[in-house]
Parts: sequence; structure tokens; C-alpha cells
Amino acid sequence: MSSGKVSPPKGWRSVEASSLVIKGARLVDPANGLDHTTDITVENGLITSIGEAPAGFKGEIIAGSGWVVTPGFFDLHVHLREPGYEHKETVQTGCLAAAAGGFTGIACMPNTNPAIDNPGLVDFVRGQADGYPVEVHPIAATTKGRKGETLTEMSELMSVGVRAFSDDGSPVASADVMRRALEYAGMLGAVVIEHCEEPSLTAGGIMHEGADSTRLGLVGWPSIGEEIALQRNIFLAQFTGGRLHAAHVSTAHGVEMIREAKKRGIDVTAEATPHHLSLDCSLLSSYSADFKVNPPLRENKDIEALIKGLADGTIDCIATDHAPHQEDEKEVELAAAPFGMLGLETAFAVVYTHLVKQHRLSFDRLVDAFAIQPRKIMRLPQAEIVVGSPANLTILSLTESWTVDRESMNSKSKNTPFHGWELTGCAMGVVNQGICWVREKI
Amino acid sequence: MRLNHLLGLEGISREVVTEILDLAESFLEVLERPIPKVPSLRGVTVANLFYENSTRTRFSFELAEKRLSADTINFSQSGTSVAKGETLLDTVRNLEAMKIDAVVIRHSASGTPHFLAERIESAVINAGDGQHEHPTQGLLDMMTLRRKLGRLEGLKVVILGDVGHSRVARSNIHGLRAMGAEVVVCAPATLMPREVESLGVQVVYNLDEALKWCDVVNVLRLQIERQKTGEIPSLREYNRVFGLTRARLETLDHEIVVMHPGPMNRGVEIDSDVADGPFSVILNQVTHGVAIRMAVLYLISGRERFVE
Repeated sequence: MSSGKVSPPKGWRSVEASSLVIKGARLVDPANGLDHTTDITVENGLITSIGEAPAGFKGEIIAGSGWVVTPGFFDLHVHLREPGYEHKETVQTGCLAAAAGGFTGIACMPNTNPAIDNPGLVDFVRGQADGYPVEVHPIAATTKGRKGETLTEMSELMSVGVRAFSDDGSPVASADVMRRALEYAGMLGAVVIEHCEEPSLTAGGIMHEGADSTRLGLVGWPSIGEEIALQRNIFLAQFTGGRLHAAHVSTAHGVEMIREAKKRGIDVTAEATPHHLSLDCSLLSSYSADFKVNPPLRENKDIEALIKGLADGTIDCIATDHAPHQEDEKEVELAAAPFGMLGLETAFAVVYTHLVKQHRLSFDRLVDAFAIQPRKIMRLPQAEIVVGSPANLTILSLTESWTVDRESMNSKSKNTPFHGWELTGCAMGVVNQGICWVREKI
Repeated sequence: MRLNHLLGLEGISREVVTEILDLAESFLEVLERPIPKVPSLRGVTVANLFYENSTRTRFSFELAEKRLSADTINFSQSGTSVAKGETLLDTVRNLEAMKIDAVVIRHSASGTPHFLAERIESAVINAGDGQHEHPTQGLLDMMTLRRKLGRLEGLKVVILGDVGHSRVARSNIHGLRAMGAEVVVCAPATLMPREVESLGVQVVYNLDEALKWCDVVNVLRLQIERQKTGEIPSLREYNRVFGLTRARLETLDHEIVVMHPGPMNRGVEIDSDVADGPFSVILNQVTHGVAIRMAVLYLISGRERFVE
């Protein structure tokens, strides 16, 4: 399954990682109480020292002064489109986009064609990422063919490494099937990631239902369409004792429901996307399909509640819902355009610029939400900055300013809602699986 | 004045509306002439793209173009172009390659004229986009009212019916609000769009109350399929609660002007004896539609004035 010679993202270079020192960088690992500026040495894929590098070190030296090194970021909600929609994205272009955004691990959704609902496809997708410093963890479908009827063979899928199940792209419409999924996956210790949507309330919906949809004459996708499904799934998680992860929570009331559920000890976790944390539904005034996403962009009060929920841990993690679509699929009348936005390459910078720099979120919590919580939800080994641990690192700049340009994405698609935005902060490098990629300017 | 496009009446100024209505008055005079044709748009090519069924609006635009001596090409197709294997944008860019000056577009998807205007060179006139706007209808309704009642400022207008799905409602609301009229919307709650008050209107669910208050009632067409989608219990019930009947009008102590953008469902949202009755200006609306579209086309083509 080796993919031959792998090239890093545009403007990046590969660094020999068998013996590597990052000198004088700020190391931040909140799970280990680390926030210290010093050197970190990596040898044969392991962190071998934290502290001043040995004199006369012979390996690669990266001048880390001014950069921040954190545990590798993990995105547990990515659409890689392979197999079936390779014109939008492939596992490999998705991995390049992930690396460029600072992610060393991603979990990809099974709404491919065919759906990822059997071990062969799991192996195929994971194998496409061989040779990349980005681990790809396929999420398998909750139900066969994502039809919402029969559970997939979850135990066998877990035997090939699957950690989570989801029919994402569509909800599991039947409450009974969702009940069985939570029971069965729960028995196996796997989490069910659910796109919460009550289809009878959202049929034909294009944007958030409110004053803007009324003004723009666009069919509404109401908050309640998400909240009723979310509440149903919380009740089912409580009833079954299963593990529920709510994908892309977008409403203020939804945040409140998750807060209450956690208080009651229900095993529910949740994610928010950078776009729901920063963009509101008035952007649909342009009728540009770059702003058409499911669940839809909502109102300022929802954004405020999501930010508060993220800061206080009600929302466990940030996930992008990276959803590539080819330009000509998006360049159509709004009703005909597919839902979805790119996310991998802008996620960190959007959250850093709009939340951390605005003092709405601490940097430690950002690292927690990008690196630590997603792996906890997936029950994957943590990426830690600890001597003896595998070197799984993200190198960040907190000062670089850049302008998002849809034409210079590593993704195969261009459908970013942030085109033209001035952002601060970006990934400067990633280290994982014995591979190190850095921006050429390092 | 020159218009680049006419996409909607949202945000339009009183001055622009007044200029369009004034110009339409002079075109109305042209339409009365023995040879109702002027050379104003000679050499201008207008493409009429109707992606949704229309009789009145399509003929009205085409007639307006011909009265102005423009060259016209027509394209009618229902459904999305995507289904036919060519995107809307490709279709229009192909037409542009044949050198056209303006596009008149009717489409079932809201925002389609805005989408096109951002991406093509030609001027775009919205002939109705989904549930969003139908600006020339809004203008012709205002022209009709101004001619009938002599003013728009301070008029009390009820928009009655399927406000939620109506582009006519939105364009009327924006236009009338810009001209200083007061607007009440009256519809079953199931057909009332969320937070409609944010458009600057008041909601009244009781039709008799609304009629007592108003100078004008503009009756919207009820899409018969609203019954199937469960938004109304039955046409019979709709007529009983929200139908404009002669009996209702007879209880009023003042005359009100009755409008309808067509096509009418007689016996559903409006009874025949009201539609054809003395208060109705429904056919005047149709006549004024040609004059309004001539004015809009004229202002968009940017030609010298033909009348002195």
C-alpha cells in the first residue's frame, strides 16, 4: 500500500527526522502541565530529551525560536471523499491539507461511495495515508450503506482499528436504530458520532431559519431541527448507557442541553466547528454557496453560546467538518449547491485569531480542544510531550499574519468561507510517524 | 439615472422608485399611441431566461422589449439546468458569447439573479427568484396604487395570503416601506415566515380586522400544493378564513382597492365577484406591468432619453 515518494504541502519541505532537534521553542502540553521554552530532541520517532540539546548534536536542527510546539492536532470530523468522490478530495490531498493546518491525525467520515462499512474499505483508506505524517482513522458507518436500517459489523470493524461509528452526512432517522447503535457500540466501548438532524423539520432547508431566511426567501433549516434530534439522542444515550458524540453543535440551546446532560452524568461529548464559532447566517446575503453548510451558520447568540461552551468544556473539542466540493459543484444557484466547507487549513488560525487573541479562549484550552480531547473521545493514545513518547507534534506560529486564498489550498477543492480573511497564526510544521514537514521559511 | 441591475427592491430609495414610476408613466402614454413603439433600445439584445413557468411576466417583458425595439431571445425550461447537464452559469456565458446586453431571469431558486450578476458582464433583471423577490411586480403594484389613489406615502396596505413563499410579498413590502406606506401581513400562521416583523411590517391574523384598517388589500396566489404539504387544512377552510369574499367587503364602511398579482385561484384566495368587481384593479396591474418593465429596461440599457 506504499504510495511511493510523498511530497509535502505547497511551500513546505521535508526534514530528516531520524535525529532532530527543535531548538528554543515554547513547548506547551497542558495535559502534562508543560509550558516552557527549551529544546526538544526527537530520535527514531521518539522524544528522547526535553531540555537543552546535547552539545555536538549531529542531526537536523530546526531553529524553533518564536514557535510553539504542542501535541499533534487531531481532527475527528473530516470528509476525505475517497472512495467515490476523488474529484473533490483524496486521502492524500486531504492529508496535505491536514498537515498544512497542523493536524497529525484525522478521523474521516464514511459518507463515501461506497460507504465505509466494511474492513476492506477501512484498510484501503488508512493505507492511502502511508508515508504521510498524518494518521488517518476511518470512522465506519453506523448502519450498512448508511441507510439507517441495519447496524454494521461493529466488532469486526473495531478489530481493524475502527474507534467510532457515524452515518454523518445524514442522521440516523429512526430512534429505534439509534437506540440499538448506542447499545451495541456502547457494549464494545466505541462512540457513536451523530449528525443531529430531524429530517421532517429540515426538508429543503438551505439556511438557518430566522429574520435572514425570511428576508432572503431561502427555505429555513430551523434550530429546532437540530435540537430535537440532539435531545432525542441524549435521552437514548442516557437510557442505553451508550457513548454519544454530537457532531458540529451549532445552536445555543443545543449547548445548554449538552451542559445539562453532562451534569446528569450522561456519556455525551460534543464538537464545534471553526465556522460555527466565527460566522453567522447573515453571510448568506451573498447567496454564495461557500456559506452553505449543514447544520447551517446560525445567529450571533448561537456563536456566543458555542464560544462559552467551548471555553468551559461543555463543547469538548474543535472539529472542522472539512467538506470539500469541486468549484463547479458550488458555482450554481444556491438551492442546487451541496452543503459543506473546507476547514483543515484555516481551523487553527480562525480559532486563534477570533477566540484566543480576543481573550475568549485560553491558549491551553485551544491545545486541549485541538489535540487532547479528540483523541480522548476516539480512545486513541494521547500525543504527549514527554520523554519516551512517540514524537507527535505540531509546530505553530502565533504571530505570522496571512491572508486566506482559495487558490492556494492544498485541498483539491477551494470552497473555503474564509477567502480573503486576514488571520494570525499558522502551522509551521508537523512531526509524526517518523516524518517531519516544515514550512520552507523555517 | 442608470441602473446596473434590478435584483430586488430591498434597500431601494424613494428617489429611485419615484424615477422609475415617473418614467413608466411616460411609457404608458407610448402604449396608448396608434403605433405603440419607440426606437429607444434599437440594437440592444435582451435574453429572457425563464427557468420556471410564467405566462404573464414572460409576455410582459417580451412586449416591453419589443415596444422599445430591442432584439429578444427567449429560453424556457423548467427545473434546474443541472439536471440537463449544463450549469446555469455555462448557459448564460454561452449566451454572452453571442453578445447580449441584458438578461431577464425567472428562476425557482432564490438568489439566482444575484448569483448571476456577480459573475457575468450583462445587466441582470430579476423576473422573480424563488420565494425572494419579484421587483418589477412590486414596482407595477406601486404604480397602480399611485395612479389609483394619488400617493403611496401613508397608505395602509394589507398583503394577504402565502407571505412565506411569496416573492411578490417581499418586493411589495420593501417597495412600499421605502415609499412611506404602512404594511400589514395577514396569513395563516403556517404560511407566515419567521420573524417577518423584521421586514418592517405588522402581523394580523384576523382578516376582518386587517380589512377594517386598510386602504388596499393585495391578495397573493395560494399554491394549491400547500394543502399537500400540510400547511393548510383544505382550500375550503382557507377560503373561509382568509379568502377575500364579497361578504367580507360588504361589512366595511369604506372602499378598499383590491389587487392580485395573478394567476388567480378563483374561489380560493379571492372570489370572482371581488376579482371582477368595482374595487378591483387587477387588469390595470397587468397593463402597468408593461410600462414598468419598459422603464426598467430603459434605465438599465443606459440610453439617451427618447422623449423630450
